[in-house]
Amino acid sequence: MKLLEVKGLKAFYRQTQALYGVDFELEEGSITTILGANGAGKTTTLRSISRMVRTEGEIKFDGQDITGLSTEKVAALGIAHVPEGRGTFVRQSVEENLHLGAYTRKNKNDVANDIDRVYAYFPRLMERRQQQAGTLSGGEQQMLAIGRALMLRPRLMLLDEPSFGLAPLIVQEIYEIMARIRDQEKASMLLVEQNANIALNLADQAYLLETGHVVMSGESEVLRNDENVRKVYLGY
Amino acid sequence: MDLFLQLTLAGLAIGSVYACVALAVVMIYQATDHFNFAQGEMAMFSTFVAWALYQVTGSIWLSFLIAVALSFIAGIIIERVIVKPVENAPIFNQIIVFIGLLMIFNNLAGWFWEHTTKTLPSLFPKHGIDSTLISTHNLGVILFTLLILGVTFCFFKFTKVGLAMRAAAANPDSARLVGVSVGWMLALGWGLASAIGAVGGVLVAPIVFLEPNMMSGVLLYGFAGALLGGVNSPGGAVAGGLMVGVLENWARQYVPGGSELGLTFALILIVGVLMFKPAGLFGRVIIKRV
Ligand SMILES: Nc1ncnc2c1ncn2[C@@H]1O[C@H](COP(=O)(O)OP(=O)(O)OP(=O)(O)O)[C@@H](O)[C@H]1O
Ligand SMILES: [Mg+2]
Repeated sequence: MKLLEVKGLKAFYRQTQALYGVDFELEEGSITTILGANGAGKTTTLRSISRMVRTEGEIKFDGQDITGLSTEKVAALGIAHVPEGRGTFVRQSVEENLHLGAYTRKNKNDVANDIDRVYAYFPRLMERRQQQAGTLSGGEQQMLAIGRALMLRPRLMLLDEPSFGLAPLIVQEIYEIMARIRDQEKASMLLVEQNANIALNLADQAYLLETGHVVMSGESEVLRNDENVRKVYLGY
Repeated sequence: MDLFLQLTLAGLAIGSVYACVALAVVMIYQATDHFNFAQGEMAMFSTFVAWALYQVTGSIWLSFLIAVALSFIAGIIIERVIVKPVENAPIFNQIIVFIGLLMIFNNLAGWFWEHTTKTLPSLFPKHGIDSTLISTHNLGVILFTLLILGVTFCFFKFTKVGLAMRAAAANPDSARLVGVSVGWMLALGWGLASAIGAVGGVLVAPIVFLEPNMMSGVLLYGFAGALLGGVNSPGGAVAGGLMVGVLENWARQYVPGGSELGLTFALILIVGVLMFKPAGLFGRVIIKRV
């Protein structure tokens, strides 16, 4: 079943247009990645879904048009957005950040269980549970951002460059955990990356974005073996 | 020694009121980056409402509780109806709105209740404690303020809504992404600030008398307390308010000419502190990333 369908998506920042009619879709339970260079419109695509930017065109989540909703209503539908820059609540503790991730949920027991589950994925967060989140390292903050998103029990996770600014080893660690999350939570993910190599390894489907246009799409396998993609985005 | 203690305790009492106003101001400042200049006039109006209710009910506590509840609701409505529409307007327009609010409340109070001073009885019994160091009213003010501040602190620290309000103030974008309705959190903040201001007004009324300009001095001292303690630290603002109250009282007694220059002295001291600690005694300097 199609969990997310986007058709003819245009996005605008005041006068500047950032997306020029983007189409893509995402099967429930799968991972789709959107690749592209700086300024291609990857973040804008995610911000469009979360209703943080003015758009035209169609965005359907689970068959429902969400373009008329507010950002917080979109979150309440089960779309958890891990934003560019991680969006840490820096003055709140690690655990308070996780509680905020569960803001839309009512059942306290479930929330407490899910906090333990997040700590099981990210034991480092458990060690720092009372620490101010702003004092975490970049990698730990990325883990916290993903953990915060999990606390929503999301049906769809939007991940904006989780590898950004992190050492290769940490990137690998985080991507391994994301693969485990996919397997154990049956989570659907829309993953935006500049790091095409690692994203294509994880994702089922891939789209290539250039200056607001989709220029290529298909199975990750296909893109990985495409000569152009290899030269420009994979570097070999 | 007795005199010194008396001055200090009386200073803590009036400082409690400054602390309430400082906290109200800081709560809104943290969420919006603006000082609500109308905070004092809103508190004054709330106090008049308590007075009017007291004329009808004859019970000061009942009148007080209703006035605080009404102030809470009014704060929410003011945010939704008057402040929210200019949320993204240039800063100058926003300041105009705050000053407009100030004048509206001042004029309304003058119109409804006229500029003659009225008296509002203390919330606390006349002859509760037998001490030469502090009056029952002042002791009640200090203890009651501590209680209110404690409850407020626990609300922000331990409840889900309190956490969401802090998150919405600190990082509105991220707060929206986890499903927090940032607009309503702001409105709630205005409600709380206005309720706390009302508490301050009713506590101070028996000391300063009730008239439309009763809060202008209190607001200045409250601002001073907020600046002294740190405008991004609610706890600091409360401490700052208390300190300003005590310093003011000391200055009145011990500085030659201090009875006239109490306010000047306090302001000089605060400017001095801010020269060395720009973020206030308990605030952090926020370095904005560019
Ligand atoms: N707030 C903004 N105001 C105006 N233009 C913007 C704004 N944010 C992004 N843009 C423009 O929109 C286009 C797409 O930006 P976007 O942030 O979506 O790119 P991106 O693919 O996420 O890039 P990066 O990999 O650098 O994060 C760019 O041309 C950018 O300059
Ligand atoms: Mg981006």
